[in-house]
Amino acid sequence: MLKNRIIPCLDVKNGRVVKGINFVDLKDAGDPVEQAKIYSDGGADEICFLDITASNENRNTIYDVVEKTSKKCFVPLTVGGGVRSVDDINKLLNCGADKVSINTAAVQNSEVVAESSKKFGSQCIVVAIDAKKNSNNWEIFTHGGRNNTGIDAIEFAEKMENSGAGELLVTSMDRDGTQVGYDIELMSKISSKVNIPVIASGGVGNLDHLVDGIKLGNASAVLAASIFHYGKYSVKEAKEYLDLKGIPVRI
Amino acid sequence: MNVTIVDYNSGNISSVINSFKEVVKEKVNIEVTSNLNKIKSSDKVVLPGQGSFKSCIDALSGISGLVDTLNEFAINDKKPLLGICVGLQMFADIGYEETETKGLGWISGKVSKIDNQNNKYKLPHIGWNEINILKDSKIFKDIDNNSHMYFVHSYEFIPDDKSVISATTDYSSNIVCSVEKENIFGTQFHPEKSDKIGLQIIENFINL
Repeated sequence: MLKNRIIPCLDVKNGRVVKGINFVDLKDAGDPVEQAKIYSDGGADEICFLDITASNENRNTIYDVVEKTSKKCFVPLTVGGGVRSVDDINKLLNCGADKVSINTAAVQNSEVVAESSKKFGSQCIVVAIDAKKNSNNWEIFTHGGRNNTGIDAIEFAEKMENSGAGELLVTSMDRDGTQVGYDIELMSKISSKVNIPVIASGGVGNLDHLVDGIKLGNASAVLAASIFHYGKYSVKEAKEYLDLKGIPVRI
Repeated sequence: MNVTIVDYNSGNISSVINSFKEVVKEKVNIEVTSNLNKIKSSDKVVLPGQGSFKSCIDALSGISGLVDTLNEFAINDKKPLLGICVGLQMFADIGYEETETKGLGWISGKVSKIDNQNNKYKLPHIGWNEINILKDSKIFKDIDNNSHMYFVHSYEFIPDDKSVISATTDYSSNIVCSVEKENIFGTQFHPEKSDKIGLQIIENFINL
């Protein structure tokens, strides 16, 4: 039976983990490679890096991070943030990323998704959808949630599936950072409309939220950052809890 | 010992390279190349594969003499070869992804799309699934039955001769996820992305 995945996400800026917390056994809390290794040793099903480096001159730092991490972690590694072109995707894959997530570029030009999935295979193309509720529908935001495009999120999800995306990483902008739980309605609507896996993101504050994302939101995988990053729960605790709640997980 | 990972522009193979480099001990040299002479003189060959069946076959055929060299290595010389993902699928006679494409024909059978049972099952089949070990394959030494492996694929290999199947996984039906025919080994899952248990499989192959 296919297991639901738990994916811890790390925000990386200029090659360093944002607000790194000193866990036991961690020599350098700001080192993404060390943090990723702790997650993978703890049973993370995949690792996700979100590069939030603002300036262009420091953008190369992520390549170095990915290269080092892929030599230490032998679970799938997804990298997103600032991916603009097929060439950017190629560079990240060559450094050892297994999947690349595309956000703004996919909205601006769906050809990037079509071309890259044809070139590298759908399995490594994740489209990241940042959506915000607007009365009865959800609209897509780009540029890290700063720009409203007015595009309907559900329609966009279907379009991305048709363009060749292998997975959708759906983040609720309303819930992101609030710790009140995923936007279940958004997740389940998108999940029922597409036949590719949906990864739920944005708003996790406790382990029941992960359960809800899978059971009610029909997500194939659940992504969380702060609950793991600030040590509230370990990946192992999260998996044991999901197992207790009858969700199939890899333990 | 020389182990060659065949680099034929079939997409991203850095994870395969990293995983083999992680497990090899001294005296094992890992080459990443499509150089025919280097492949011929290798002790073992790894055939990775990402993207579609057609794109991988096209890429293999695009390098002059490569298919013949692999045939010589695996069929004539009967030296150990491990196919991963589409690398395994290409063992078949024929594949139906994109368009009907002739495979290497090493293990007779076909590669078809997984039956998603009217959208009941999402495709690609992505994530960790348990393997049911059906026969004592050499690459499963010290691997427990029902171990988790990482999968990502939409097509499955259906061999004519079921005795080559060494493991299946349950997704929509019992999908063939590992084969062994004499010196030819293949995994539909990605040992290079399957954590410590996957590295064990790689080590088993190297130690053959």
